[in-house]
Amino acid sequence: MSDLKTTVLNALHRELGAKMVPFAGYDMPVQYPLGVMKEHLHCRARAGLFDVSHMGQVIVRAPGGYAEVATAMEALVPVDVAGLHDGRQRYAMFTNDAGGIEDDLMLARRGEELFVVVNAGCKDADIQRMTEQMPGCEVLPVTDRALVALQGPEAEAVLEAIVPGAAAMRFMDIAILPSDWGDLWLSRSGYTGEDGYEISVEDGRAEEFARALLDQDAVEPIGLGARDSLRLEAGLCLYGHDIDAKTNPVEANLGWAIQKVRRSGGKREGGFPGADVILPQLVSGADRRRVGLSPEGRAPMREGTALFADETGGEAIGTVTSGAFGPSIEAPMSMGYVPVDLASPGTTVYGEVRGKRMAATIVALPFKPANFKR
Amino acid sequence: MKYTEEHEWLRVEDDVIVVGITEHAAEQLGDIVFIELPDVGKEVVKDDDVVVIESVKAASDILAPIDGEIVEVNEALTDAPSTVNDDAIGKGWMFKMKADDMSQLDDMMDEAAYKKFIG
Repeated sequence: MSDLKTTVLNALHRELGAKMVPFAGYDMPVQYPLGVMKEHLHCRARAGLFDVSHMGQVIVRAPGGYAEVATAMEALVPVDVAGLHDGRQRYAMFTNDAGGIEDDLMLARRGEELFVVVNAGCKDADIQRMTEQMPGCEVLPVTDRALVALQGPEAEAVLEAIVPGAAAMRFMDIAILPSDWGDLWLSRSGYTGEDGYEISVEDGRAEEFARALLDQDAVEPIGLGARDSLRLEAGLCLYGHDIDAKTNPVEANLGWAIQKVRRSGGKREGGFPGADVILPQLVSGADRRRVGLSPEGRAPMREGTALFADETGGEAIGTVTSGAFGPSIEAPMSMGYVPVDLASPGTTVYGEVRGKRMAATIVALPFKPANFKR
Repeated sequence: MKYTEEHEWLRVEDDVIVVGITEHAAEQLGDIVFIELPDVGKEVVKDDDVVVIESVKAASDILAPIDGEIVEVNEALTDAPSTVNDDAIGKGWMFKMKADDMSQLDDMMDEAAYKKFIG
């Protein structure tokens, strides 16, 4: 346990009564005294504050400016980086030669540089990948800033009250705004399906800033437990579970993140790892697909549950990759992979839970419609 | 009341034993979202799995604390599993048993011993 890393908000989590758990090498709050269910519902009703400082923040620049950075990055991700407008952010994924996903990430264009946010568990490998495979570029891990997310319908009002200018941002906008806590790096995004912000703040000012947010009546601290149920209701993938090195973006239903310009016939077609696997599948489809599953009854179908086409007999046709109870939808929810011929909404499949096959209906994602400010 | 190391409580009411989980256990499990109760009339042996609890965190099994027959289950929990979080030792009871041998309760912890057990 002693080799667990901590974020600069660790003492605050403990003061707030958090239950701490190891997550991606960090000592992180899984829940606060409110509990997972109420934290989840609070975030959907008002606003929740998440510590996501364990995630990796990286700046990439090059002598040739943004164009050079974008060209180098496009060799690692299947998305349109060059076409990203200044002040805008986009979802991306690092792919491997087999088309699998090495990590999913956010890319933001900030003038001539790219600001990258990657998952905690992959950040060392991601930084190494960028350093080694973006020739001519300077890859600078940001090691002196915390990252928090403020999510929920009241996030805008809460943040605008202490950081003027925040409300003017639209979904997926980024901005650097001066504040009483130094320059804040904001993006209007998150991973809950709610409107909100991710905010990078200097380490030395982070606790003070978090307290200023928590001082407002609308804001409660939210742990990893509710973060997971919120993102699952929103139909969002958790790296290492719903997507990994063995799932490709087409199978993962993330084809929307691959813009036309990088697809077959596009101006900058291919040129990323695994393009020979991914591009044909974008046209002809994959053999299996990530789907939403709505289990009958109240019992969650958790990660690892084997899926079958029929109530009895037969071989497993797929697996649940995430499963939990959805506090807002008041029902169990799962995501998993099934063959494409069983992937249409309305199809019934069976998950084997404690030796019994339980029916689950394939449903369109998300389970809970998003509430973004576009 | 008697307590097991599996964090169950047992309350003797006439000739039946009411079984539930402790407040400590309910708190550790977190918000409970699903409970599967055994069939009434089922004969069980100590440590058989009798109840499945799913919380927001994980699935857990509740074991039979003694040998005997399940004579009643708390059907209300099926629709309102969070009752266990709200009132673990009252309305959150899970099942009632008829014991084959009441002396199986003798070695169990009393409240003071259980409090010491959970530290």
